[in-house]
Amino acid sequence: MSVETPHKIDTSKLDEIIKSYDSKKSNLIAILQKVQEVYRYLPEEAMIYIGTKIEGLSPATVFGVATFYAQFSLEPKGKYEIKVCDGTACHVRGSMPVLNAIRNKLNLKEGQVTSDNGLFSLEIVSCLGACGLAPVCVVNDKVYPQMTSDAISMVLDTLMKEEGSN
Amino acid sequence: MALNIDIKEEQKRALEDIKQQGLRVLVCAGTGCVANGSLKVIEKFKELGANVGVLSEYDKMTTVPTGCHGFCEQGVLVVIPDKHVTYVKVKEKDVEEIYESHIKNNKPVERLMYVDPKTHEHVQDDEHINFYAKQTRTALKNCGNINAESIDEAIAVRGYEALANVLKENNPDAVIETIEKSGLRGRGGGGFPTGRKWKFTAANRGGKSYIVCNGDEGDPGAFMDRSVMEGDPHKLLEGMAIAAFAIGADEGYIYVRAEYPLAIKRLRKAIKDAEERNFLGKNIMGSDFSLDIHIKEGAGAFVCGEETALIASIEGERGMPRPKPPFPANKGLFGRPTLINNVETLANVPVIMLNGADWFAKMGTETSKGTKTFALTGDVNNTGLIEVPMGTTLREIVFDIGGGMRDGKKFKAVQIGGPSGGCLTEEHLDIPMDYDNLIKAGAMVGSGGLVVMSDKTCIVEVARFFMNFTQHESCGKCVPCREGTKNMLKILEKIVAGKGTMEDLELLEELAHAVKDGSLCGLGKTAPNPVLSTLKYFRDEYIAHIKDKKCPAGVCTAMKKVVIMEDLCKGCTKCARTCPVGAIDGTVKNPHHINQDKCIKCEACLKNCPFKAIVLE
Repeated sequence: MSVETPHKIDTSKLDEIIKSYDSKKSNLIAILQKVQEVYRYLPEEAMIYIGTKIEGLSPATVFGVATFYAQFSLEPKGKYEIKVCDGTACHVRGSMPVLNAIRNKLNLKEGQVTSDNGLFSLEIVSCLGACGLAPVCVVNDKVYPQMTSDAISMVLDTLMKEEGSN
Repeated sequence: MALNIDIKEEQKRALEDIKQQGLRVLVCAGTGCVANGSLKVIEKFKELGANVGVLSEYDKMTTVPTGCHGFCEQGVLVVIPDKHVTYVKVKEKDVEEIYESHIKNNKPVERLMYVDPKTHEHVQDDEHINFYAKQTRTALKNCGNINAESIDEAIAVRGYEALANVLKENNPDAVIETIEKSGLRGRGGGGFPTGRKWKFTAANRGGKSYIVCNGDEGDPGAFMDRSVMEGDPHKLLEGMAIAAFAIGADEGYIYVRAEYPLAIKRLRKAIKDAEERNFLGKNIMGSDFSLDIHIKEGAGAFVCGEETALIASIEGERGMPRPKPPFPANKGLFGRPTLINNVETLANVPVIMLNGADWFAKMGTETSKGTKTFALTGDVNNTGLIEVPMGTTLREIVFDIGGGMRDGKKFKAVQIGGPSGGCLTEEHLDIPMDYDNLIKAGAMVGSGGLVVMSDKTCIVEVARFFMNFTQHESCGKCVPCREGTKNMLKILEKIVAGKGTMEDLELLEELAHAVKDGSLCGLGKTAPNPVLSTLKYFRDEYIAHIKDKKCPAGVCTAMKKVVIMEDLCKGCTKCARTCPVGAIDGTVKNPHHINQDKCIKCEACLKNCPFKAIVLE
């Protein structure tokens, strides 16, 4: 999967995605999911393009949908997307200390989602359905059960080492 | 209608295939166990099992990756039915021992068995593990017992038999009648009678209509729908097909949260396999009935569990609810009549059709029939997914199935039904839990999330937690929900921070009623429930936060006060050196003092004091 830099939108790639969903307006969410998979976020240009290309849509509608759903991000996400579950079970078993440990480790300021080097982004999700393993973190698609501040720090250390960024 | 498939023959063949597998070793491959490393356990078993011919009674063993057993915390779970054994917390390195000792030489490995928290004894099989012993599994029956990715194994356990019968008899009204008679009610939360919902939609037979399965299980703390979709996807597809036949739909959607990638993967495979066998698609089993099922992935919006919002989301729009009527039964997806049922509801349908309405109606209470799944979490010994007859008491769930309170903590309450539900206390331990009794107690079955709380859980904090959730998830369409939840949250945050007043409490209650009465959809109408029910049963705790500035559970940091007991302090200066914010003053050999304005309550001093002179007040 290639990652594009912002402001350089390859419209042929967008056309391909739109076509694979039959250019149908009802497939907008799936189209945006695919676009986000490619770019790791929804570039403004891409949303405008989709909004003008598909019949029955406008850029405003696309923006509306993109901002409604928590999954979509208008800012680039990191190579490693960290999700901290703060569902009921995780919350009562201490998901907040885990979250704080990640914020400290990545030096994330209040409101900052992606680490300065663009490697990690952090998201709180409501429930991943793995309540028996609470508290749970997910990095990309890998589930890390029964997390503690120390355990998640070790996970991040390993990833940083792999990336040679520590 | 004559069918071109003899399902009984298919079943026989599938059972024969299973027999050919020899000794079956079931390894859980649900989300929980995969996170605990079950894929490696499976690989290891497969590697060892390739050694055909060394087993005493079997000429072969087969490792079967199954769906969720529900006992996620004890994962990885390995079940060998023929040996009547369930192994828990199995790691890759344990596999060889199980193989050598138990599979080859018939000597069970005791150290990998479940330990009963009460008797401290090792328990060999499910029938005796307290967690399973009191359960009645119908919707979850096959989860964990079959290979979740094999349609043949689903057929072997009577999968698609009910659909074949229904198509053979070709009487949609009789199907609706059976469901109505069974007393099945919607398992997604509301508890609306399923048969009646089908009838409303069926009244519009003739044109295009849709069947939609609601798999947007957004309630934090509930995961029964995920388990069904991952562990027994064919049961869901069969339930959908029967429902579609009954109401005259030929197209269906399953709306699944994007947070459930494994469920989406298994469902996609199941749909493809079912189409290949002609259990879905055109002219199913040679009948006149056709059904195409698509999967729609959600994108992270709790409100999409509300049926009109879900419809908007499938149509590719912002998932905002709209007023009812018109009900989806008349005007739903793409403006056509639409039946929307929850995953667990649909998973009950094939079982009811096979065993009859009376069989189902025998389970449960007067007004709530059958069984219900609950996601049991929190401060109990056994956490996981359970299924019990409606009317089971809370005491049985917490103290028998749940194995009692964890770490000897004291039972305080359970929060049932997630952000839409309420709490139940000691006085409710013995009421039979069903839709109506719970509503009477100010709670609701909801999706079935059940969080057990001890005296170490702050009830005000829990109410704040849920309000924070619903406030975030409010779609913003109607004012009572959008503004009301925001202000309720503000008040709760104020109380938790030790800055609340008694007037705040009154305002909170007033707002709660306004939001409940004035909101457009179920999200807003039920959002105040956690506040209202905790106010009803734990008002004292709210007042303690407000008047005494104390958190009785010792949870709320703002109320915590770390102090040094002067008579015990030797003036060793260790605490002053440990404190990360320099909040501790004092000179050597003289009692130290904590500056409360600077203290961040990290308790580092408390943990490091060699004389135990620092305490939490």
